[in-house]
Amino acid sequence: MANLQTTVNGITFKNPIIAASGTFGFGEEYNQLFDVNCLGGISSKGLTLKPKDGNLGIRVYETPSGMMNSVGLQNPGIEAFIEHYIPVMRQWDTVLIANMGGHSMDDYVTGAEMLSRADIDMLELNISCPNVKSGGMAFGIKADVAAEVVTAVRKVCRKPLIVKLSPNAENIVEMAQACEAAGADSLSLVNTFQAMAIDIHRRKPIFNNVYAGLSGAAIRPIALRMVHSVAKAVQIPVIGLGGITSAEDVLAFMMAGASAVQIGTVNFTTPDAGKIIVEELNALCEREHIENIQDVVGVI
Amino acid sequence: MKYFQSTVLSNIQLTDDIFVVQVVRHGAPVSAGQFFMLKCWDKELTLMRPISVYQATEETLSFMYRVVGEGTRRLSQLQKGDAISLLGGLGNGYPLDQLHGHIAVVGGGVGIPPLSLTARMLQAQGETVDAYLGYRDQLFAIEAFEPYCRDIFVSSEHGPEGYRGFITDLLKAEQYDAVLTCGPEVMMRKVAQLCAEKQVTCWCSMEHRMACGIGACLGCSIPTSEGMKRVCKDGPIFLSTHLFQEV
Repeated sequence: MANLQTTVNGITFKNPIIAASGTFGFGEEYNQLFDVNCLGGISSKGLTLKPKDGNLGIRVYETPSGMMNSVGLQNPGIEAFIEHYIPVMRQWDTVLIANMGGHSMDDYVTGAEMLSRADIDMLELNISCPNVKSGGMAFGIKADVAAEVVTAVRKVCRKPLIVKLSPNAENIVEMAQACEAAGADSLSLVNTFQAMAIDIHRRKPIFNNVYAGLSGAAIRPIALRMVHSVAKAVQIPVIGLGGITSAEDVLAFMMAGASAVQIGTVNFTTPDAGKIIVEELNALCEREHIENIQDVVGVI
Repeated sequence: MKYFQSTVLSNIQLTDDIFVVQVVRHGAPVSAGQFFMLKCWDKELTLMRPISVYQATEETLSFMYRVVGEGTRRLSQLQKGDAISLLGGLGNGYPLDQLHGHIAVVGGGVGIPPLSLTARMLQAQGETVDAYLGYRDQLFAIEAFEPYCRDIFVSSEHGPEGYRGFITDLLKAEQYDAVLTCGPEVMMRKVAQLCAEKQVTCWCSMEHRMACGIGACLGCSIPTSEGMKRVCKDGPIFLSTHLFQEV
């Protein structure tokens, strides 16, 4: 058996596979299909200070080797998360990451304060949701705006702080460096690419918000390049994501510099993908004579 | 619910674009009004496709589907012996324990097939079932209601026989203790309205694009009078009064 253990900001993951925010709920549904204890970690559905209904109309749409989504951060709010969902997630022996989005600087700071006092392992700050009008995306595009949010959240956050980056940033490397300088403990990238689909018969956009986020295998090569560029440019750990569907993809992202990875869209293609990728990663490491998976991080 | 690999037993074309695929059940649980996520691909296509259960036996599950895009086109090319992956039964299904007496099932288009299993289960628990089946042109699946229904009403807009018009023209809601409907939203709204006028309980089966199918991704949430509800998990069966505010 290869040693799949990896460490990010002093938090030990039994393996580098983390269920990505927004694709896995709070883990309850998938735990009915496979034992989620096998995962290295779970990043919660994106939380906001107040409960949110999300967007109307079509929210998910298949695209070549991928999908688009425009859920719009539907979630029960941070209070309900702390009260109802942390106890559920704490039943499992897997790293608990709370993913948090926001609409304003105040939202981010208040939310981070609340989550800092709660029983979570890490906070993942989503400054990059493409599907929320006013805010979200704005913070994810401009490095100086992102730095302001990270600085403010850093002041109140007593948990390891992961900042989740948008590939839609003006310059992903400058964005990463700005977040690092503002106090991020680690970075996760990439979130979805802003994209568009049109119903030519109705002569209307598929999504009510016109644009939506593209994910899945289609984005993987670009995500890999961004993870590589960022990992070379910062000192803090990087968590890689973007279209990972196999153990081979996991190793590629780690070789590009990721200390851990997140799997998202593949959970929809194969409902027990988390379990299968962990099993296959074990077998793959043995075949590749990798004793400690951390040894391959950033070899390229 | 269960995620499993299965085998195609048959895949038959019924009309220009309606097919019925039968697969090995492998002990998967299923109830009237539930659906499964189906896929017969590993690469290129990303999402499984939600399809309602048409009929079930101890050993088999059947799904009747319309070819509307690439996913259903690939399903239509399946042959006996081919592999297929299934996740299900999913969703709440009809509340059979609350349905008693004289029940109407009102289906439109590809919303018709799932009402066959529902009619069978209602008949099995001793209820009297009438079927109202609305088609655009080509007729299908009528024989799948004959063993379970007392009366069957058929309409089509351009079809070969029967009443010319909408199936809702024929529905006398006041004759029923409850009405179950599945089909185009515009039809279900009309059914809901007819039921509301006569104070008859109406259950609607909603269709929506889905990603996970199990309630995790919130990709199929819709607004209801009870707040946002997931079609895949809280539905697909909803009380008409929760769906259509004007009712």
